[in-house]
Amino acid sequence: MAEYQNLFTAVQATGPLGDGVPLPRGDWRRSGKPFLWHLIGRIGNAQIGPVYLGGLGVASLVFGTLAFNIIGFNMLASVDWSPLRLIQQLFWLALEPPAPQYGLSIPPLAQGGWWLIVGFLLTISIMLWWARTYRRARQLGMGTHVAWAFAAAIWLYLVCGFFRPIMMGSWSEAVPFGIFPHLDWVSALSLRHGNLFYNPFHALSIVFLYGSVLLFAMHGATILAVGRYGGEREIEQIVDRGTASERAALFWRWTMGFNATMESIHRWAWWFAVLSPLAGGIGILLSGTVVDNWYLWSMKHGVVPAYPQVFPVSIDPALMGGK
Amino acid sequence: MSNFSQRIATPLRWVGALLVATLLAGCERPPVETIQNGYRGTGMEHVFNQRVVNQDVAKNTAPASLPAAPSDGPKAKDVYQNVKVLGDLSVGEFTRHMASITAWVAPDQGCAYCHNLGNLADDSKYTKVVARRMIEMTQHVNADWKKHVGDTGVTCYTCHRGKPVPAEIWFAPPDRKYAANSVMGDLAGQNIANKAAVLSSLPYDPFTPYLKDAQPIRVNGTEALKMTGAAANRTSTKQAEFTYSLMMHMSDSLGVNCTFCHNTRNFASWTEAPPQRVTAWHGIRMARDLNNAYMEPLTGVFPENRLGPKGDVAKVNCATCHQGAWKPLYGAAMAKGHPELLKVAAAAAPAETAATGTAPSAAAAAASAPK
Repeated sequence: MAEYQNLFTAVQATGPLGDGVPLPRGDWRRSGKPFLWHLIGRIGNAQIGPVYLGGLGVASLVFGTLAFNIIGFNMLASVDWSPLRLIQQLFWLALEPPAPQYGLSIPPLAQGGWWLIVGFLLTISIMLWWARTYRRARQLGMGTHVAWAFAAAIWLYLVCGFFRPIMMGSWSEAVPFGIFPHLDWVSALSLRHGNLFYNPFHALSIVFLYGSVLLFAMHGATILAVGRYGGEREIEQIVDRGTASERAALFWRWTMGFNATMESIHRWAWWFAVLSPLAGGIGILLSGTVVDNWYLWSMKHGVVPAYPQVFPVSIDPALMGGK
Repeated sequence: MSNFSQRIATPLRWVGALLVATLLAGCERPPVETIQNGYRGTGMEHVFNQRVVNQDVAKNTAPASLPAAPSDGPKAKDVYQNVKVLGDLSVGEFTRHMASITAWVAPDQGCAYCHNLGNLADDSKYTKVVARRMIEMTQHVNADWKKHVGDTGVTCYTCHRGKPVPAEIWFAPPDRKYAANSVMGDLAGQNIANKAAVLSSLPYDPFTPYLKDAQPIRVNGTEALKMTGAAANRTSTKQAEFTYSLMMHMSDSLGVNCTFCHNTRNFASWTEAPPQRVTAWHGIRMARDLNNAYMEPLTGVFPENRLGPKGDVAKVNCATCHQGAWKPLYGAAMAKGHPELLKVAAAAAPAETAATGTAPSAAAAAASAPK
């Protein structure tokens, strides 16, 4: 008999197709007739649909599509309307924020005006999608943990593209919409502020990021390891601690003396994930608004040691009358 | 498993294998070696691949110099007409120099590339006028930029490598075709794969602001906290991108990592930096000087097909001499065998206008980003 327990499983349990619980009064109807898709069933639930679109979902998609298309057409215009070059250059292209001389004013469309419009549309779209995650959770009688986790990511997005530029007095400080360009922006921001690795909030953010990875690996591995005892059936395990849960707990207690519980491991994961963008956002917000040079700040406060001098001492030529 | 899934399983595996192969194709073949050159744990190391270096070595080998000519006998200026720079050489030395410059710059085209063979003294070919000025430039580099070229010095070959037009030169980049009156698609001087910024999406013309104009390159402040008023560091993140682009060009031109010149935990520091940073600092000023004092004034001398898309003259950057080597020609002291290039000829001292000519724009630019 096939067992449902391995890293890759050929077995999938599928129930009868269904729409799920009835929707409360005032909600839209769900769209789409559900169907089964075996390949999708290998990585998740084989049933696709129905989808609840709703007013918030439709509005979010409209604003998001507008933003996406304005970015796309600006990229296409920037390669002189050549579809081939759009594909070739896609990772390099961007919709760039206005130049520094515009400050917080509204620049001409071609010099960052589109960036401002897209920023507005995309933010509206994201906020509507956030409201959708909040409302769908409430309508299902769930807690709103997903919405608040999403809000942590939105915080970082708003810090980079809205709060910090306003505090710096210039839209030019914001992130470009583009694949490589936004990565270059990250590097440039770090270089401009004396190496972001010396920003303690950046360090904290990385702790939570890597911590999330560690927790995810530990939790995923533990549950898969007790899959042979039905360990993945969390609800049953919570109501009636079976041998799977006991063994999972014992494993960690025996190896490191402490174990999280069926419930608390998810709180660990949620807080680690949420604190990563929260801490990172604080670090970005302070860069240039409070701290100008994180390396110097770190040295001043004894965060890192000074290393022995190994090179012959160089003197800044500009201090010696060089131009 | 459904029929559909079974049918696409094999093609899917092939697609997967192809994706992996495509991703790996972008990697440099090992072995990559590292040599620590700073304090342990600071990541101060030189990273290189011997196979790639070997290719560069082949490209950067200096040719043998012609045997030295006797310095006695009549002087070139007394025998030939219209000799303005090298007139104090003996006829033998002068002829040797002409043979050398032909081998260095126009080996396939020969004397006729610069000279009217009917009258060698004739200045009617633009190449002759340019070549004369370039000889002066070489002398100027060897005599006045020792802080960058040291005693190794440069010759025509350092840049030309047997080609009439050096392989590595730069022009002001063209505007995109529909830039005029367009309300969409502003590139903002970046965001397109470009050679100058070594295929990054960083600004594609780091040369005009720094190697022609004297815009401030430094972006780091000297205070930990944000200051106000005159003490404030108003450098923008976009300016940092321009500096970053210039540094990418330098790194690529010299075939070195950031750590060749910088202690990367604190890019701004001079005291923690390798001494090469000082040499590089002078190199930036040297390129700026050569572009303004020698190349720009030649704009009108060149025919249109030798000018850039915006009608500007060809200019030098780090790659013009270095061509992938941390020292051009890996430090071969070629110039030593050509003493006529080591000192500025008395008759035609070049105008030293570059530094003073661009200084006011540096002050004006301090408040705004290079655009």
